[in-house]
Amino acid sequence: MAAFEIARPEIFLLAALCVVLLLDLFLGKQSRVITYLATQASLLTTILLVYSSFFNRPDKTVGLDGMYMVDEMAGVLKIAILLISILAFACARKYLRDQDMWRGEFFVLGMTAILGMLIMVSGYHLLVLYLGLELLSLSLYTLVAMRRDDAQATEAAIKYFVLGAVASGFLLYGMSMLYGISGSLELNTIREYFTNQPDIATNLPLMFALTFIVAGLAFKLGVVPFHMWLPDVYQGTPTAVTLFLSSAPKIAVFALVIRLMAEALEPAQSAWSQMIILLALLSIGIGNVVALVQTNLKRLFAYSAIAHMGFMLMGVVMNTHEGHSAAMFYILLYALMSAGTFAMLILLGRKGYEVTQLEDLKGLSGRHPWFALMFLLMLFSMAGIPPTAGFYAKFAVIESVIQAKFIWSAVFMVVMSVVGAFYYLRIIKIMYFDKPNDQPPIEADMDIRVLVSANGLLMILLGIFPSVLMEICDLALIASRL
Amino acid sequence: MITLTHYLIVSALLFAISVAGIFLNRKNILILLMCIELLLLSVNLNFVAFSHFMNNLDGQVFVFFILTVAAAESAIGLAILVTIFRNRRSINVEDLHSLKG
Repeated sequence: MAAFEIARPEIFLLAALCVVLLLDLFLGKQSRVITYLATQASLLTTILLVYSSFFNRPDKTVGLDGMYMVDEMAGVLKIAILLISILAFACARKYLRDQDMWRGEFFVLGMTAILGMLIMVSGYHLLVLYLGLELLSLSLYTLVAMRRDDAQATEAAIKYFVLGAVASGFLLYGMSMLYGISGSLELNTIREYFTNQPDIATNLPLMFALTFIVAGLAFKLGVVPFHMWLPDVYQGTPTAVTLFLSSAPKIAVFALVIRLMAEALEPAQSAWSQMIILLALLSIGIGNVVALVQTNLKRLFAYSAIAHMGFMLMGVVMNTHEGHSAAMFYILLYALMSAGTFAMLILLGRKGYEVTQLEDLKGLSGRHPWFALMFLLMLFSMAGIPPTAGFYAKFAVIESVIQAKFIWSAVFMVVMSVVGAFYYLRIIKIMYFDKPNDQPPIEADMDIRVLVSANGLLMILLGIFPSVLMEICDLALIASRL
Repeated sequence: MITLTHYLIVSALLFAISVAGIFLNRKNILILLMCIELLLLSVNLNFVAFSHFMNNLDGQVFVFFILTVAAAESAIGLAILVTIFRNRRSINVEDLHSLKG
């Protein structure tokens, strides 16, 4: 039994989700809130279990025959994933009720997705990483299709499904080549194998494997030129699901990128860094430019997500401690910002009405000055305007890029941030200076109001005291030797 | 004598056919699902070939898992396909154009 100790939070979550699944069968529509509360309670307990298992652990602990691993970075990322999922579920409650989707499946599938993410963060074996990724993806496909009588949602689901499955296929093909080259599926054996290879930059089979792995990861992250699915999926999906799928899974994919590229394939860094730099710069450019012409808010945030993922990848690819911690800071903050903006869209919606277009925000400041201010803080943070946290995140990434002597890349990133600021500021202009068409009141419970406000305030607090979060990332990565 | 290279070439061909099928196909979503299955099977062939020629069983175990996941995946894919057919009375790829911007 002691061998399973290492996966205690995941095992607990699995048991809890089975209980929630059964519990939901016996509940009617009126008492479904019990499902919701049980879900939140099990996520909170999982956080406590994660916290107790990674605390006071100086180094990596590998268990379950070298398949599973816990270290400080895994602990921090898991807690972040769970906290953001709790936030996502709390905000989803209002949306699901308003849009007549108040069903237990949402929470059960959400929990399986979270379980997949936790496994991705802790996997130390290609098979485990793949299974975690598939558990996450399969749950997300079904979540996207949850509104099954809606033509747009089902179209988004099939697009997500086909491209997600192709991405898994690419990743698997790369993994099979990696297995053929190194003879092992364990990440540390693969690393040892490549450390002892002399001329790694000219190793042709390795380049072949890397191309497929990078393409698969880029599909999953939604990085140009593998980004086609992202705007369609964001737009077609019910907002509560968009909120969930645009935040926590990004952290899990970040962990996957770090484990595969920065840990297992670190010796081959010279071979993969150029590919990823190219993809990252392309997505920063195309994401920001195409976002300029969007009129649908969800599509706009999808293109902004593409640009943000490019920024995060630039931090990873520098392969320095500063770069990794800047990327980790960026991804944690991005997940928070993205959850915040979609939560805001949910908050402003009501029964039978959803905020989806830019013009739906007209005159928001006159109607709801407080929430307009909170939205302004989140948008400032996304654009990277000081003193919000987004400025510091961009600053840290660009600083690490300059330290690694990629001056022109850094210049390009700064220029594109300025281009990107335009469409965020346009939203602010619409909120503050345009006349509203109607005056719908906000009908929302206290919990979502408090969460959205807290999210907005966090943007400015983390902007003034970025070292709080930065230090956590820094220490976690030092403990994980990255 | 069939060597590892032969297996790898066959699996690369299968992989290429399935990717071409996904991106060139403009007719039917069912064909997309078949191509995805073929994609995963080509990976399986790769794993089994490596595993056999390296005398290492890990690859074959991996194949079992891929097969299981592929079954789950096609179940979900077909379920989504059914919902699409209910909503639109068509499973033509060209009819999927309501999301644009």
